[in-house]
Amino acid sequence: MSLARRLIGFNLLTACLLGVGGWYVGWFAAHGIVGPSLDYFGDVDFNELSIVMGYLCGVLGFLIGLGFLNYPISRLRGYPPSLREKETGGIGRYFGLCTDHKVVGVQYLVGIGLFFFIGGLNAMLIRTELLRPNHQVWPAGTYLTLVGIHGTMMMGMMTSGILGPFGNYLVPILIGARRMAFPRIEALTFWLLMAAGAILETTIFFGGFPTGWTGYQPLGTQANPGMECYYLFFALVGISMTLLGLNMIATVVTMRAPGLTWTRLPIFVWGVLSTAVLMVLAAPVLIATLSMAVLDRTAQTNFFVPAQGGSAYLYQNLFWFFGHPEVYILALPGFAIVLEILPVFARKPLWGYRLAVGGLLGVTLLSFFVWQHHLFVSGINGDLRPFYMLSTELISIPTGLTFICGMMTLWRGRIRYSVPMLFCLAWFFNFLIGGLTGVFLSDTPSDTTTHGSFFSMAHFHYTIMGGLVFTFFAGIYYWVPKMTGLQLDERLGKIHFWTMFVFFNSTFFPLFVAGFLGQPRRAVTYAQGLHFLNVWVSISAFLLGASMLLFLYNFVKSLVFDRVCAPADPWGSKSIEWQLPSPVPVHNFDRIPVFSGDPYGYGEGGPTPVPAGAPAGME
Amino acid sequence: MAAPASDNSSHGRRVIVAWIALSVVATPLVAFVLGPHLPPGNGSSQATEQVLANTWITSLITPVVCLLLVFFVYSLTQFRHRGGALVDGPPLRSDSRVQIWWISLTSLVVLFLAGFGTFELLQNGSGGGQGPDPIAIPKGQKIPVQVIAQQWQFTYRYPTYGGVETPQLVLPADSYVELHVTSLDAIHSFWAYELGVKADANPGVDNVAYVKTKGPRTFHVRCAELCGLWHGYMFNNGRVVPMSQFTAWIKAQRKEFEPVAKYLPKYADVYYPDPQRRAG
Repeated sequence: MSLARRLIGFNLLTACLLGVGGWYVGWFAAHGIVGPSLDYFGDVDFNELSIVMGYLCGVLGFLIGLGFLNYPISRLRGYPPSLREKETGGIGRYFGLCTDHKVVGVQYLVGIGLFFFIGGLNAMLIRTELLRPNHQVWPAGTYLTLVGIHGTMMMGMMTSGILGPFGNYLVPILIGARRMAFPRIEALTFWLLMAAGAILETTIFFGGFPTGWTGYQPLGTQANPGMECYYLFFALVGISMTLLGLNMIATVVTMRAPGLTWTRLPIFVWGVLSTAVLMVLAAPVLIATLSMAVLDRTAQTNFFVPAQGGSAYLYQNLFWFFGHPEVYILALPGFAIVLEILPVFARKPLWGYRLAVGGLLGVTLLSFFVWQHHLFVSGINGDLRPFYMLSTELISIPTGLTFICGMMTLWRGRIRYSVPMLFCLAWFFNFLIGGLTGVFLSDTPSDTTTHGSFFSMAHFHYTIMGGLVFTFFAGIYYWVPKMTGLQLDERLGKIHFWTMFVFFNSTFFPLFVAGFLGQPRRAVTYAQGLHFLNVWVSISAFLLGASMLLFLYNFVKSLVFDRVCAPADPWGSKSIEWQLPSPVPVHNFDRIPVFSGDPYGYGEGGPTPVPAGAPAGME
Repeated sequence: MAAPASDNSSHGRRVIVAWIALSVVATPLVAFVLGPHLPPGNGSSQATEQVLANTWITSLITPVVCLLLVFFVYSLTQFRHRGGALVDGPPLRSDSRVQIWWISLTSLVVLFLAGFGTFELLQNGSGGGQGPDPIAIPKGQKIPVQVIAQQWQFTYRYPTYGGVETPQLVLPADSYVELHVTSLDAIHSFWAYELGVKADANPGVDNVAYVKTKGPRTFHVRCAELCGLWHGYMFNNGRVVPMSQFTAWIKAQRKEFEPVAKYLPKYADVYYPDPQRRAG
């Protein structure tokens, strides 16, 4: 009886039911608008409008079911304002709308982790197909859908891969606040992302989509209805990103504790801030672009249809105006985590703090001026190419600042090789290769060969997987003991690191060679001569996948079965989050702390690292 | 035990000496041993230029790799923490000399690369598609060839030879070819790997690329932009043949093509696609 009562109300179950119900409401409503005839708009073989409306109403129903409308409606009815929602419950608060930034952080970690593994599974299926040069394991359309879902899932979901879990969890704590600036919007960003992920997966019911993660036009206009799922996924991710970014900026700018000046801000918060700026400026362009593309498909507009006065270049430019900042949205939080973790394990202050901040902001600024290097051979105006070559190469200067700050932080330190540190050190190796191979792609003459080949694919896997995913794991091994109060197995962690590092490199380094030898991206066939390389890569990729399973095993074993309590400050860090009990109590601080310096005072003696107004935190 | 705190400069000196020694050995090796083997080979003047670009870039990044290699091997072994208790390192917060050196060196490398790339690019476009109004136009006689991409094949049209269309690209040796790349439906990319040519085929756009062939050889043509269902099968071979052989070949093609020609649309720089056609 009590179970039945718990199931009724605004929760995940209601949300899913309303989501499915909403889908059908939208579907039939659109049929009402368009009329029963599928030929209403001329030569259209499927009622695209119904699918789009179905998904939009489905998302709306899902959010209503979670209870996102309750607060606005109660405010309209005259109830007093309140900030908090379900912040005291037990395990149940993780399965619904909760405004505690720590709960949202954990939700993000698990939710994004889930979709990350689905995306990784797609990669395994892609590599299965490429085991043989000219033999179809999957039908051609299925292969393209796998490539599309893998790319879109990773690029879409992992944009929030660090800002979602660690940004939401840590930023309020690091700046001495009790919550984010907009707690309900914070919860909304997470649930939008989950709805989006589910939508992308349902593309398989509509025949998948053939365009990869870039969704180039006019291929996207031709494609079968599964394309709608791509547009809606990415548009929802864009909305989620914009809101997340705005929330982060508002929080960091307005809610810093007394004494926390801009030069005392942990470098991780600077990284989050610059990423948030990128999100707020780039993601709306994506939403607009995809809306136009959806209109092209549903309302027969011609933004991107060349035959009727539209322009495929318009799409490419708009997409990459978002798409290039997007890859820095993926990379910058990684820089920040590396610079945040290095001082702890090198027992030295962060070297060149201002230089590091300058580097992050420099990348932020420059990343908006490089997007046309994705169009070097597309037939853009030839005069533009030298400029974009220069601007693209200039971005290696601020990126290099991150390197020198990290390297000089290690210099003469007392380096300990704990698991988080190993992942951070691997970042230097991976991002060095990823960055330097980027030079071949930014240089227009050599880009002629490398463009659209496996070379560029290997390049961005080195920067994104080597840059983001490695630091994502660094963050997990470093901060999960704080988030859960439980230790992760150090030995398994080290095995996970070494297998991942070795097989990551053995997967992606040969792909530079394959690209140099002329293997194009996303093609289901390749030359016979490249067979050995591809078999090597596929086997390495499977082993890389196995090392991820090892991580999963470690994660579940340590957190569910072993449950060894972690000490409050296992790494000896001076940062404020480690001065709080683990897991952090609901209200973070009993009294708001007062900061008197940055968290990197290793070897400087001085006052106790615990800020004044100590966060005893026991409630 | 880590080195005593006072010998900062000797640590630095060791790293710099090792770096210079390694770079002096490695860079010429990369430039002169690896360099000539870098892609895409010597199939055309453009390809040779790209090999040169690749060689320069690889040689320039070799010292960077050496520096990081030496630095990390040295630091991670020398500054490793041994023993149980946590000991803090020296609180070095910044060093303006290091900053200035680092920024100057990276800027120099970057500006050199951009300058070199621009110089090469403006010679003749380096084989890349330059759009309808090319700015890097090589001098002299050029043979125009139109590349018409469609889902999922390439057709080649020789406008100066009576508009002959063939499914296989045959080019005369030692001559400049002006490729006009366009598409009938989605975006494709014409990639002749050995010739060092890549140009996107956009519907309704005439994308021009130049290539100067060298001696007779075969080359591969692949589509390098995802264009739908059978993208992976959009490839074939092309040939570069001596001029006399080319003349004979095109004559035979014209004769064979004669009966078909009158049914085809007139030559156009660009073609417009049917927007509603479904595929993939």
